[in-house]
Amino acid sequence: MFRVIRKLPAVLVTLLFAATVLAENVSLLNVSYDVARDFYKDYNPLFQKHWKAVSGESIELKQSHAGSSKQVRAVADGLEADVVTMNQASDVDFLAEKGLVAKDYAKKFPTNASPYTSTMVFIVRKGNPKGLRDWSDVVKPGIQVILPHPKNTGNGRYTYLAAWGYALRQTGGNDRTAQDFVARLLKNAPLFAAGGRDATTTFMQRKIGDVLISFESEAELIAREFGKGEFEVVYPSLSILTEFPVAIVDRVVDKKGTRRQAQAYLDYLWSAAGQENAAQNYLRPRDPDLLRKYAAQFPAIKTFTVDEVFGGWAKASSAHFRDGASFDQIYQQK
Amino acid sequence: MPRPASGRRLLPGFGLSLGCTLVYLSLLILLPLAGLAFKASELSLAQWWAIATSERALASYRVTFGASLLAAMINAFFGLIVAWILVRYPFPGKRVVDSLVDLPFALPTAVAGITLATLYAGNGWIGRHLEPLGVKVAFTPLGIVVALTFIGLPFVVRTLQPVIEDIEPEIEEAAAMLGASRWQTFTRVLLPALFPALLTGFTLAFSRSIGEYGSVIFIAGNLPLISEITPLLIIAKLEQYDVVGATALAVVMLIISFVMLLAVNALQWWAASRLHRRSGSADERR
Repeated sequence: MFRVIRKLPAVLVTLLFAATVLAENVSLLNVSYDVARDFYKDYNPLFQKHWKAVSGESIELKQSHAGSSKQVRAVADGLEADVVTMNQASDVDFLAEKGLVAKDYAKKFPTNASPYTSTMVFIVRKGNPKGLRDWSDVVKPGIQVILPHPKNTGNGRYTYLAAWGYALRQTGGNDRTAQDFVARLLKNAPLFAAGGRDATTTFMQRKIGDVLISFESEAELIAREFGKGEFEVVYPSLSILTEFPVAIVDRVVDKKGTRRQAQAYLDYLWSAAGQENAAQNYLRPRDPDLLRKYAAQFPAIKTFTVDEVFGGWAKASSAHFRDGASFDQIYQQK
Repeated sequence: MPRPASGRRLLPGFGLSLGCTLVYLSLLILLPLAGLAFKASELSLAQWWAIATSERALASYRVTFGASLLAAMINAFFGLIVAWILVRYPFPGKRVVDSLVDLPFALPTAVAGITLATLYAGNGWIGRHLEPLGVKVAFTPLGIVVALTFIGLPFVVRTLQPVIEDIEPEIEEAAAMLGASRWQTFTRVLLPALFPALLTGFTLAFSRSIGEYGSVIFIAGNLPLISEITPLLIIAKLEQYDVVGATALAVVMLIISFVMLLAVNALQWWAASRLHRRSGSADERR
């Protein structure tokens, strides 16, 4: 006993030293979806500078990117993510269900916890030879539509729901007519690509299809890769607003003691610098003034959210993508 | 061989190595499979049956097993030729060709899939010449066969090579001197000796193909009921966080694969024993 007490100062010094070392090496792991890599590569240095200025603390930021539902499963299985930044609410919902994320995560941050948005647009061949202006043109017989698998990819799911919502909003639109409409769209697909980027390659490089349906932000990446003159972007009369929810993983930050940093990291996404970074990565900022500033890049388009038309992702999933739901039904009618 | 009185084997190390084998196999194979079975047991038998026999699932079994079988048969035929050439004839660049065979092992499957899709697409180097003939490969079930043939080739070649090396050219000479035609030498002398190895290679290529996902999805087109493979349906279920449903399909694949492998092994055992019997009776006659 005595011996321990005599050693106490030494122990305390060691502990203190260890604590300072730990404090200096605060690190956050951001587990994210596939194509957010560029966005966060630009965003992380911005936040590091900001955090150093306000707290004096240098912070290490680690990123992990892969298909969003794979990422979420990894977090649920114990990958120690301080924050998750996803491209579909159903992925964060899954973590909320498992108790890793607050049930009301969407209310913990402004604008539905989604710092930026995007929408589904048409990418057509140069000069728009088939004259595709709206969803009703795309479902016409003989038009070839390229999209990623509507059941297996977030990108494909958004396209599916966008077409469904468009059909619902037409005069006399109901679930019956919407399903027929979407069935016509899917019938025009000569293939379902493995993912968003695979769909782009199929359309741009292999020259298959008359129209590619993808995120507005993807169009800019296509321009960088294949040149601006190769294609045109067509904005339909109505599309879906795609939201990218972020959340703090409570279980991890409480264990690691990084809640303060994680909160600041996500808060800063809504700051002027964070919003500007979104716009520069061709994601629509939430800040209306900034959206106006970048109006040339983001033409006005009428959109609806998954919440408005489908009552949230949980309902949309069970009505459309679960086994035996609307997608499966389309293929069983044949 | 008379055993020592103590009942111990003459060769040392049996207990230790058997123990290692069992632990290793349990950790690597049995434990994950047990986990799979455990997860699938959350379903009642009726639920499991409903998932396993849904229209899309049935269509995907046809695509997966049909394409795998076809690809393995193509590989068995051409793999035999490749292996034969590589062992029997010296030619310039043989080393390079030999190492090319292993490439499908090493190449990430997604890379293979994307490359093949680009080659066989309507504007690709190969697809450009096939499409005017009305043959579409990329984004059809035929594309799946192409991808599976690609990844399966080394299995056939690498299993056959050592066996061909073991067949001495003198055997062929002897057959020729005893009056066998070239075709007879091949079918009556060489093929029976090669058959067990050929079957093994075929089985390996076939089983590898059944589980293949990475290369296939990029060239398949993935249309429900037409070109969806079962692993894609499993991923589809995981995407909806339906882990139990995914394991249901996994169990079906496991059962079918296991039964098929068992059948092929039985066939192989039968072929091997027939071969032995034949050479045995030949010895007696001598």
